[in-house]
Amino acid sequence: MLHLWLIPALPLLGFLINGIFGRKLPKSVINLIAVGSVVLSFAWVLQIFMTAGDLAAKPLHAHYFTWIRSGEFRVGWDFAIDKLTMIMLFVVTGIGSLIHIYATGYMADEEGYYRFFAYLNLFMFFMLTLVLGANYLIMFVGWEGVGLCSYLLIGFYFVKKSATTAGNKAFIVNRIGDFGFSLAIFLIVVNFGTLDFTRVFSAAAGKPVGTLTAIALLLLLGACGKSAQIPLYVWLPDAMEGPTPVSALIHAATMVTAGVYMCTRSAAIFTHAPAAMETVAIIGLATAVFAATIGLTQYDIKKVFAYSTVSQLGYMFLGVGVGAFSAGIWHLVTHAFFKALLFLGAGSVIHACHGEQDMRHMGGLKKYAPWTCGTLACASLAISGFPFTSGYFSKDAILGAAYGYAPWMYWVGVITAGMTAFYVWRAFWMTFYGDYKGHGHPHESSWSMLGPLVVLAVLSIAGGFLFNVPKILDSMFPIAEGAENMNLTYISVAFGLIGIALSYYMYVVNTQLPERIAASLGGLYTLVYNKYFVDELYDATIVNPMITGSTTVLWHGMDQGVIDGIVNGVGTESKSIGGVLKQMQSGNIRSYATWVVLGAVALLIVMGVTAIGFAAGVGK
Amino acid sequence: MPEALQALNNGVPISWYLVLSALLFALGVAGFLLRRNIITVFMCIELMLNAVNLSFVAFSNQHKQVAGHIFTFFVMVVAAAEAAVGLAIILTVFKNRATLNIDEISSLKN
Repeated sequence: MLHLWLIPALPLLGFLINGIFGRKLPKSVINLIAVGSVVLSFAWVLQIFMTAGDLAAKPLHAHYFTWIRSGEFRVGWDFAIDKLTMIMLFVVTGIGSLIHIYATGYMADEEGYYRFFAYLNLFMFFMLTLVLGANYLIMFVGWEGVGLCSYLLIGFYFVKKSATTAGNKAFIVNRIGDFGFSLAIFLIVVNFGTLDFTRVFSAAAGKPVGTLTAIALLLLLGACGKSAQIPLYVWLPDAMEGPTPVSALIHAATMVTAGVYMCTRSAAIFTHAPAAMETVAIIGLATAVFAATIGLTQYDIKKVFAYSTVSQLGYMFLGVGVGAFSAGIWHLVTHAFFKALLFLGAGSVIHACHGEQDMRHMGGLKKYAPWTCGTLACASLAISGFPFTSGYFSKDAILGAAYGYAPWMYWVGVITAGMTAFYVWRAFWMTFYGDYKGHGHPHESSWSMLGPLVVLAVLSIAGGFLFNVPKILDSMFPIAEGAENMNLTYISVAFGLIGIALSYYMYVVNTQLPERIAASLGGLYTLVYNKYFVDELYDATIVNPMITGSTTVLWHGMDQGVIDGIVNGVGTESKSIGGVLKQMQSGNIRSYATWVVLGAVALLIVMGVTAIGFAAGVGK
Repeated sequence: MPEALQALNNGVPISWYLVLSALLFALGVAGFLLRRNIITVFMCIELMLNAVNLSFVAFSNQHKQVAGHIFTFFVMVVAAAEAAVGLAIILTVFKNRATLNIDEISSLKN
């Protein structure tokens, strides 16, 4: 027995201890429990990886108990590990450990320290349940759980109105996606009679294409919610209200990639539904371009990286959509490295600038925070697809597959890659070059924060060599045959380098240029700067009608009119009847006595009449 | 004297007892309703109880059954207990309000 249950159980234990007793514990104990449980979980994953043998030939499977039993239908609390899950486990526990360590430094002076780590551990538990689940329902449990933790952590600074609003927004937008996911689960139950991955996937080939397309599209809707794709991406940029380690762990490295994992896991369904695949690819590509253009204009350092995350998730969906599942997962892994690093670096920068997030008030941090600068440069190189960094390999794999699917997708993807390089390096130059324009004296962060940055920097640079995901997943998703077209690689690298060079020219050499360009673009710039007014559009078309309808019909009509009306009516009626009856209570003892006597007389009369009637009846 | 008692017993029909009982009871009710002194009201209640006792005893004798007697004893015991509690209440009321007028004891209303 390999005790798969230990992997999620350790963070759960950490959550319970810190959540229940954390208020009374000293910070060092909280740190030990929170970080220790996740690191142990990572160690256990490693231990399982060492002893499990060949996962391709013999995936691990553990059945703990039967959860739901109804006729022929069974759902068990089952965990399974195949190669795909193994990769996800390493990413989640590995990055999770680093970010936990980082958070002990980042959150050191914050209120609600124990609460933060309890939530973070709970998140790890649900995320690990999500990737370990051997059927759709267990996956859904984890899926909903991470959504809950995301909500709790976005709204961590709950005294800030904007934070609670952002938390609500994330939760509600995710409900739409989860609705699609649950409908997909119902369809799978109806059509397959089971939710077990192995049985569903082996039966998928024999099902009608229409059914599979419907299931795949509903799964995609769920993935769009969780992974912030068009049209449900709006919650992710607002989610940056949460503490920066949360943005790194949940809203960059792990939770938001759950949609990609889910689609890849359901590859057997998707590959038999070509129309759904095409939808995935188009949505992914559209999101990648759309979010990248917004990223070009933002000034909040976390917002830039948030739109970058949306854009990079779009790449992953593009990979999944064009059938390059392993390339999508590869990008998921490398993105987890460099985007976690970007966010953690951003957190370090924000710390250095005493809480400032606007890049216009930064600058010149290179000499104040050299380690942050160096590690962020590694991440920026990786995300730009600089040759032989981790992002170069994974992005290239996706773009190559996209070219094979439809060349126009490749070209759009390459242009997006150029924009990606531009906005990331724009952030880099604005933060680290020029003169410091903020307040106070900037400072380098502590080593508990820099340590994880360095580890992630190494992974961002070398991750492509260390983890060749398509090769690892070859048994599940065979690598497409055919000569690699090196020209495609050259072009995408060239676009990335042009993006870097252009941003250097605009934000270091000729710093007046961006304003002039913005002014000459006029309306277009305003449109992009305001994120295409999508939030306003949603407000006008969906949110406000909903609020108005709820206010007039549900609140004023139903709640106040009908329900309150009934309750208040009962009260008023009781009062008026009581008003009549209270006349009897004169408080005069002799009047009470009179009533008693009158009652007795009335009773006597009734008894007398009855007796006479009875006697008459007997007499007959 | 047993013969004389026997004769008396046979000579007085039960209706006389019942009429007396009814008269006593009516007196009690009237006093209960009309008098204002709480002691008088209290005594009227005793009068009603004893009127009922008389009916019990009369019927018991008529039917040659002991149940009526037993009931009478019960009523007497209850009346004794009630007298004890009732007089205690009356004493307390008088101490607190310096009045025995039943119409003035109506603080529950206001």
